[in-house]
Amino acid sequence: MAVNTDFVGRTYPPSGPYAVDAALVASFAAAVGATDPVHTDAEVARAAGYADVIAPPTMAVRFAQMTDRVYVTDPEAGIDYSRVAHGEQRFVHHRPITAGDEVLGSVTVDQARPAGGHAMIITRTELTTTGGEALATCVSTMVVRGGGE
Amino acid sequence: MSVRQLSEVAVGDTIGPVTIPVTRDTLVAYANASGDQNPIHQNEAFARSVGLPDVIAHGMWTMGAAGTVVSDWAGDAGRVVQYGTRFTQPVVVPSSGSEIVVRGVVKSLDSESSLATVELTTTCDGVKVLGRCLAVVRLD
Repeated sequence: MAVNTDFVGRTYPPSGPYAVDAALVASFAAAVGATDPVHTDAEVARAAGYADVIAPPTMAVRFAQMTDRVYVTDPEAGIDYSRVAHGEQRFVHHRPITAGDEVLGSVTVDQARPAGGHAMIITRTELTTTGGEALATCVSTMVVRGGGE
Repeated sequence: MSVRQLSEVAVGDTIGPVTIPVTRDTLVAYANASGDQNPIHQNEAFARSVGLPDVIAHGMWTMGAAGTVVSDWAGDAGRVVQYGTRFTQPVVVPSSGSEIVVRGVVKSLDSESSLATVELTTTCDGVKVLGRCLAVVRLD
């Protein structure tokens, strides 16, 4: 299966909303060993200027990957997801994802090209609230092993 | 926690090392919290069947765990405004567990915007597992 280079530049309609609640934030924080009380104690979070407990910075990937699914599972995209390895990840945070947020994600295909027998894909996923407030820009580089032929 | 003052930080300041354990239970918890249920992170037989030496940690677990070191240094996880890395080597997690060691160094400071750029070096069994791992944090 060869990656479809025609998808470069395509932006999918927003997906979601994905609900963020305190229990989800706490479970993600525990899983990565984040003990900062802004993740678990609403009073501490409010004292720090947030509306409620905030997600660890990399929790944005949960919503980015849910959003990207529409592209990577698109039969026309030519991606064998069982062969995908995560090559690189970058986040720009506009404001912390916060309990109570309803998150929308919109994915744009920045790159999809063969690379030495494999394929390289770069997605840029913009996360916002349902109110249109920018949360995070998530850029993922994926390598599809054997996806270049 | 209180947020670190930029005026108290200098380029070249070091952070850590901080040792973070990781077990198969850690990876199950991460899979559930992140939504990434790829069996290479949980099932030893499956991981070996696709050519891996054993179960490997999610790259994003490693990135997230390493990120706690810079969040704690900044004093507020909400102050991380940029964070990026390459995934260069897997963290292999045998049934007995493993650990990563995270070190940071302050690479640059911007006093106008109160931004500090920290480079993180994360190793497992002495091998660097994250490449070009940079976090930008907004200090006070």
